[in-house]
Amino acid sequence: MSWAGPDTFPATSLADNLDKKLLVILRDGRKLVGILRSFDQFANVVLERSTERIIVGELFCDLPLGLYVIRGENVVLIGELDPEKEELPSHMVRVSPADIRRAQKAERDATELKGTMRKRMEFLDLD
Amino acid sequence: MLFFSYFKELVGKEVTVELKNDLAITGTLHSVDQYLNIKLENTRVVDEAKYPHMLSVKNCFIRGSVVRYVQLPPDGVDVDILHDATRREARGT
Repeated sequence: MSWAGPDTFPATSLADNLDKKLLVILRDGRKLVGILRSFDQFANVVLERSTERIIVGELFCDLPLGLYVIRGENVVLIGELDPEKEELPSHMVRVSPADIRRAQKAERDATELKGTMRKRMEFLDLD
Repeated sequence: MLFFSYFKELVGKEVTVELKNDLAITGTLHSVDQYLNIKLENTRVVDEAKYPHMLSVKNCFIRGSVVRYVQLPPDGVDVDILHDATRREARGT
């Protein structure tokens, strides 16, 4: 649209989300929460006061990260956190970074164990 | 450009977007762009218990490159018009 002025962004721009608290999900599965300060056509974003929200089962922890520049190719989804609503279910328990790391490792080990057990069962080819 | 135009026709309809990371989100299609980035409103995650961090997210921007499927309402497609547009586009290239 050549008559559109320089400030007219295409319909899916993130301009409406500027200075809002957002949830950014990355391709590696991380969830970052922060205030959107800048973006571009590649969905590169600048997140201020960002924290990584780690959730394992009923436990969660917010690790402070500071000012982040995220390369757009890693972005999966950018969600607007409704300030009126609870960000997490109320039954969830906040724990320390050390505890959440331990819980993450336990979850990883359990998945690995399930994986090796499944491989063994598949080898036996029980029908 | 064909799918961009096609999605523009679907703005306002309920769709379910399944992402490559297996997350599935249902919402009203708010807007789409040339990269097929999608903005959804009134979103709810299909398997809510698995993604508690999305609880208070009601509007979201989804990068086009991470979309696997866009599930449409069964009456959302006028197959004849789509066929014609596809043939026209194929002839153009």
